[in-house]
Amino acid sequence: MLKKTAFATAIAAAALVPLSQAQAAEYQIDTEGQHAFIQFKISHLGFSYILGSFEEFDGQFAYDPEDLDASSAEIEVQVNSLTSNHAERDRHILSDDFLNASEFPTATFTSTGFESTGENEGVLTGDLTLHGETQEIEMPVTLMGEGDDPWGNYRAGFEGSTTLTLSDYGIDMSDFPESMHELELYVTFEGIRQ
Amino acid sequence: MLRNSRSGWGLISILFHWLSALTIIGLFALGWWMTDLGYYDPWYNQGPWVHRSIGILLLFATLVRLVWRFVQPTPRAEGSRLETIAAHLGHIILYVLVLGVMVSGYLISTADGRGISVFGWFEVPALLYDLPNQASLAGDIHWYSALALMILAGGHALAALKHHWLDKHATLVRMLNPAYSMRSDSES
Repeated sequence: MLKKTAFATAIAAAALVPLSQAQAAEYQIDTEGQHAFIQFKISHLGFSYILGSFEEFDGQFAYDPEDLDASSAEIEVQVNSLTSNHAERDRHILSDDFLNASEFPTATFTSTGFESTGENEGVLTGDLTLHGETQEIEMPVTLMGEGDDPWGNYRAGFEGSTTLTLSDYGIDMSDFPESMHELELYVTFEGIRQ
Repeated sequence: MLRNSRSGWGLISILFHWLSALTIIGLFALGWWMTDLGYYDPWYNQGPWVHRSIGILLLFATLVRLVWRFVQPTPRAEGSRLETIAAHLGHIILYVLVLGVMVSGYLISTADGRGISVFGWFEVPALLYDLPNQASLAGDIHWYSALALMILAGGHALAALKHHWLDKHATLVRMLNPAYSMRSDSES
């Protein structure tokens, strides 16, 4: 009897292993619960920083600790949702002086590769489309935590940041000092396993 | 003299009209100029500050002006039936555009929930904010309605000149001279 149960367990376990390796788990970024942020930080004339964020975006990622190379992420950002706590500045940033949001209302990121660089760390490579121009970027990311949440779902959360040179995306910053030609993009989000 | 009659405009209506005209044209010119200033221009922040402050004062003045317009008699329109209908319609659109420009301007500056300081004297609170894309949409409405207002105001001025030079009407003169409001109906 005992032998039989052990055998059945072994069969079941054997059957489960290939299943879990078949494909990385799909996660939906928790924008509904607002456990997801896309922020930027850019110098203001070298005096201080302007901080801002995009409030509307959606995305999903695939992540499996057993198969990190299969990790991927896809995010679509509504550019008009930009806010820097100053309506007139937001309007200026969204105008054709900078982001031209009426012509390019979305920005997207689609990963093309992932390389693990250590425990819970890696570099996500992908195509970032902003202001209608696509560039390949590398974003170092960190797994901050994963596990069951208190409400019956399974979550995994990451953070990552990268520096963008605005002229790479056809955004002309030549009227501004050198310190404003780049900005730092910071992203952190939780995904809910589907 | 201060009040309107069926024969002419009183001094209060005349002052409202010409002060509004000067302010509106001035705000349009200021707005046009200031939105093209470079980031390093000393007027980059000062221009919009003056523009917002005067705009809010004009909004208050216009509300008082509209009340005055409704409680006071309107001088008889001159010209053919078609002309007077067109004039009446034109005036309504002018008022709507003036209000539209000012309200949309207010909605740009208050889109993040912060009020507008009027020359640092007092602050007008934000009433409607955080609508999706509010600042950009209000900005577009502000610009296009201001442009339409300038074009229609040009037509308004041409019509006044036509009354004056071609039709020999008192239409333009009675917007300058409050004495017309004192004339009896038969003289007008």
